[in-house]
Amino acid sequence: MAELRTPLSRAKGLGSARSGSGHFIAQRVSAVALMLLIPVFVWMIARLPDMSYETARAAIGSPLGALVLLLTLTAAFYHMRLGLQVVIEDYISEPFTRAGLLIANTLLVAGLWLVALFSILVIAA
Amino acid sequence: MAKPSTANRPLSPHVSVWRWHATMASSIAHRISGVANYTGAVLVTIWLAALAAGPEAYGAVEALIAGPVGILVTLALIGFTLSLTYHMLNGIRHLVWDLGHGFDPKGSNLRSILIFAGAVVITAAIWLAAGGLV
Repeated sequence: MAELRTPLSRAKGLGSARSGSGHFIAQRVSAVALMLLIPVFVWMIARLPDMSYETARAAIGSPLGALVLLLTLTAAFYHMRLGLQVVIEDYISEPFTRAGLLIANTLLVAGLWLVALFSILVIAA
Repeated sequence: MAKPSTANRPLSPHVSVWRWHATMASSIAHRISGVANYTGAVLVTIWLAALAAGPEAYGAVEALIAGPVGILVTLALIGFTLSLTYHMLNGIRHLVWDLGHGFDPKGSNLRSILIFAGAVVITAAIWLAAGGLV
């Protein structure tokens, strides 16, 4: 295959968009974390006898339950911010809309992450 | 200054030049399930916030599940389970692709179908194991 990159670009080693390699690696590292965490999370929820207030509080309030949720949701929010960023970059080319959606994605995920962590810690306290 | 060697760069083929095949469908489904999982995580966060807020706030969630739209909540949860399972199975395949394996078209199409089927089977197993959770 022909060499498609300029010598300078190859020397810099950052890919065609200058920042893609870090995104690529972060997406895969969080994916590996989720491969381990999501089955534990789903198993934890699926084995509950019901979804009443008391049952849910007890499951998520237990040290292990709280830890599983904190780890799973942290990895999930990180992974989904990266994922939706790519979707926005692929389909939205108008610069203003694109920047706005990218900012909204980051702020929404950051906000959801904090709400989720705070809620879990309140339940576990 | 030397001119950058950009002349021979390929143009991306347009989507419409492709005939539908299983790997293409699995790739599109990966993106759709990713966005669905994003939506699911938003709802999980709202559920957690209601659970943290106390019995009154959680009562609104319970009323929704017990009410006339309860069946829609159950269907949404089954859909979320399917979406998570599919995205994970196809995600494992993506990691294998990243390692440089599994690019043969026939095998790839077969694995796409197996991944779709596997996601349905695992989702059904989870819901049978959960037995009347919601």
